[in-house]
Amino acid sequence: MEKLEVEKHAQYILSVEKRKDDFESVVMEHLRMNGAYWGLTTLDLLGKLEIVDKDEVVSWVMSCQHESGGFGGNVGHDPHILYTLSAVQVLALFDKLDVLDIDKLSNYIASLQNEDGSFSGDMWGEVDTRFSYIAICCLSLLHRLDKINVEKAVNYVVSCKNLDGGFGSIPGGESHAGQIFCCVGALAITGSLHHVDKDLLGWWLCERQVKSGGLNGRPEKLPDVCYSWWVLSSLIMIDRVHWIDKEKLARFILDCQDKENGGISDRPDDAVDVFHTYFGVAGLSLLEYPGLKAIDPAYALPVHVVNRIFFGQMKTCPTQQSSPRLQH
Amino acid sequence: MHGRPRKPQKPVDDASIAKAAKLRVLQAQFFQNHHDKIYAKEALEISAKLLETNPEAYTAWNYRKLAVEHNLRSETDPDAIKAVLDEELRVVESALRRNFKCYGAWHHRKWVLNKGYSSVDHEFRLLDQFQKADSRNFHAWSYRRFVAALKNMSEEEELKYTTDMIETNFSNYSAWHNRSVLLSHLLKQKIEGFTPREKVLTEEYELVHQALFTDPDDQSGWFYHFWLLDQTVTPGAPVLVSSWPAHGSDLFVSFKGNLDGGVSSSFTSFCSDKGAFPLIIYFNQSVGGINSSTVTVKHLFDKNEDLIWVPLATNNSGNAQAWVTFLRFPDVKDDSLKAYPVEVKVGHSQCAFTVSLRSIDSKHGEGGSDMEMIVWKDDSFHASEPLLLSPPVVSLDQATTNKEPEQIDSRWHEETLANEIALFQELLSEINCKIGKLTLARLLRAHDKMIYKMPFADEKTHSKEVLDLFSDLMKLDPSHSRYYKDEHSLVLMEQVVSNRESLLTYCWKYGEAHPSYLCNPICLRLSKLSLSRIGSFENLLWVQMLDLSHNELWSIEGLEAMQLLSCLNLSNNKLRSFTALEPLKLLKSLKVLNISYNEIGAHSIDTSRYLFSSPLSHTVGDDWNIDAYVTDGVKMNYWEAAVIFKGLYLTQLDVVGNAIVDEKFNLFLTHILPSLVWLDGDRVY
Repeated sequence: MEKLEVEKHAQYILSVEKRKDDFESVVMEHLRMNGAYWGLTTLDLLGKLEIVDKDEVVSWVMSCQHESGGFGGNVGHDPHILYTLSAVQVLALFDKLDVLDIDKLSNYIASLQNEDGSFSGDMWGEVDTRFSYIAICCLSLLHRLDKINVEKAVNYVVSCKNLDGGFGSIPGGESHAGQIFCCVGALAITGSLHHVDKDLLGWWLCERQVKSGGLNGRPEKLPDVCYSWWVLSSLIMIDRVHWIDKEKLARFILDCQDKENGGISDRPDDAVDVFHTYFGVAGLSLLEYPGLKAIDPAYALPVHVVNRIFFGQMKTCPTQQSSPRLQH
Repeated sequence: MHGRPRKPQKPVDDASIAKAAKLRVLQAQFFQNHHDKIYAKEALEISAKLLETNPEAYTAWNYRKLAVEHNLRSETDPDAIKAVLDEELRVVESALRRNFKCYGAWHHRKWVLNKGYSSVDHEFRLLDQFQKADSRNFHAWSYRRFVAALKNMSEEEELKYTTDMIETNFSNYSAWHNRSVLLSHLLKQKIEGFTPREKVLTEEYELVHQALFTDPDDQSGWFYHFWLLDQTVTPGAPVLVSSWPAHGSDLFVSFKGNLDGGVSSSFTSFCSDKGAFPLIIYFNQSVGGINSSTVTVKHLFDKNEDLIWVPLATNNSGNAQAWVTFLRFPDVKDDSLKAYPVEVKVGHSQCAFTVSLRSIDSKHGEGGSDMEMIVWKDDSFHASEPLLLSPPVVSLDQATTNKEPEQIDSRWHEETLANEIALFQELLSEINCKIGKLTLARLLRAHDKMIYKMPFADEKTHSKEVLDLFSDLMKLDPSHSRYYKDEHSLVLMEQVVSNRESLLTYCWKYGEAHPSYLCNPICLRLSKLSLSRIGSFENLLWVQMLDLSHNELWSIEGLEAMQLLSCLNLSNNKLRSFTALEPLKLLKSLKVLNISYNEIGAHSIDTSRYLFSSPLSHTVGDDWNIDAYVTDGVKMNYWEAAVIFKGLYLTQLDVVGNAIVDEKFNLFLTHILPSLVWLDGDRVY
């Protein structure tokens, strides 16, 4: 099996960050916040987060915050829930959630909940279960889930469940692995996975693996490295990941690396980008690839970051006094 | 960058730099206008140009909405309004022609349409064009549902559209999906032309057969077929399938101590020092709302309305397949030989048994000390005398009586299944198709379940054929072999425990002497069967001692129904973490547990992390206090183990052979389990 080019991928991520002149970089400017999250999370999983200037990133992130409390995809761009989650995740990576006005931010997210429990992406009212996941994930990371009506939010997600066990973007929408991740993630974080038919959905998801070992996002579609994340994380949350061939998938991801210049692409020999580099490395982390840090399947952050947020107050006591003894 | 070939890296060329510079200027102008709130014609053109080059520049869509609102604020002339909105539709259309998957563009179009000035028919024409170009685009399908609702199109008409799309290309999963959505609405509302249900489903089977026989390797039709099968066999109202004590049984209860030898069947004895025995009811599906108003229990020593029913589930949904309540022992002052009848009624199902109190034998007859270690070795067990045993295997016609006749339905069900089975047996005799084999296995299982439900069925079940199909599939489709393996295990388990003769061969008597908590020394030994998954719990509610060692179990989901379990051996399996053991939390009678030689602690990714109650999933109350799990020298990664063990009173535990085990961990166990007498075969003091 090919091996993961840790150094090259780290260098690739840094180089994308520096590149500003070509057309592609300008076209992508509106989602730089997502890019920051993909790149920095990848670096953390690779054990290379220290190569970036933490203070610089944090102050750039904060410069994207809008007066409403939400974040834009870049400085001066409109706020949207998509970039708000990325901003929170980046700050979480650096253990810097304390720079946020948490009430203001969580009020912004809560204000996007609709009467039927669904969420809009911003003030313009596009509704999608992606936004349900984002709102729930974000508020949970900030310990502010009480700001929304969780029961209604869960019911809305459940109303998007399809007869194949998957989930769509709105009621009646076709199942799609990315959407399934969002819905299963939202249900996982709210302790509502009993709404998922794990065997039915698990089978649909495991059938996403095609002959090459890669995963597609819907039946009869081409495989793509990004589904290594969407499908795998969903399978893990419902404890059915052993239904696919993990080794074959790992090989597929590794075959999509640009071994010369770093980065990972959607399929072997295609052009690489940060998005697929993140999904490839995150997928390998879920596959327990040696040397990578573990990633959490629901919060899409390294496990150590999630544990810090939820179990952070726990102290380890190195010494022990009297205790029962074992007799040998 | 989807589907774009990788090119050798070279410095950014001048053309790209020039193009980028141009876009950057456009972008700068646009943001200037946006921030200055300039909505004049020239400014709008800049945003249109920007969106034509880069439809994903979402702020520009927002800006255009602000502009429309601003420019229409004082406009009342419908033609002028329409002209403004038509311009928006034009911009969207050219953006979509550039990027068909652009969320922002599709939403902008919806936003415009919702204003009610635009022609919906035009939208259908546009969609026809788009959907011909890409028949799987889910944005387009979603938009189609939106405009259909706007136009108040009937679901029948849209169903016809899916027929057309499917007939053009059988491989269109999106069309099959939309069909399943529309059809389930139509069936539910019993719309004219969509009754009886049986007729509609039969026609659907015919349609999908065309697809399956045209290209058996295409998945789309098979998923639809699976949905049809589900529609055919899905049970209606929940039905009680078994109980403990079992229907028709005579239960002998005694206070702490052993039963004497006079008892005819050890399967129906129970002892407790609490003066109460559990009543467990088990349904064919997960149910909620079980309480004294939905279940009636007639028992001389309890008032029905005093009974508290608890769902046996690891989640807090309030739903479960198995429910438990506790009934009081007969009064000792009464004639101890008398058998008191108990009747349980739930909906149309009911079951009845008797309960009597047996003398308490203080000399501990064949009983051993409670402090003695249970030894899970072959020579601890001997074959039990068959005549004395009668395991309460469920036979639905006996256990419960379902008084609602479903004769017509079941005849259609049976015929449909028989037809489908014959059809696919024929198909598979000609070609080797994995999903066809899987479908056949599912059909055969559904058929077996159905005949099992009918009284006096003398047909044989197909479990042998189904097992062969799954074995075959493991070889044919090795990537998914563990899926087939899990299915295989469930069928195997069903085969093993669903009839008396077979079950008896797995029942062994434990030891010469046994501790008093084990009032029924019969051990069900399902070890070395290569099981990866377990099921058929409705037949196992009576088991107090269970050996599942030397299998390939990764989960014990469902085990929480086995409330009588006091000794459980799960050693030498593939359990990956303590979170996979959550069902144990509900087994309050458990004393002896062996989880040695599993994979606990060996994996960096915990696949049951989100099926387990924890702060991560907000499934623990505000009172959840992490510090409560921190004792001397305890590392934080033991908290899952703490959650499992803190409510149990284990006297014996084996954990050796798991990656998590070290001296510190063992120390932690002795803290969290003060009742422990034996740890990995060593006496704990």
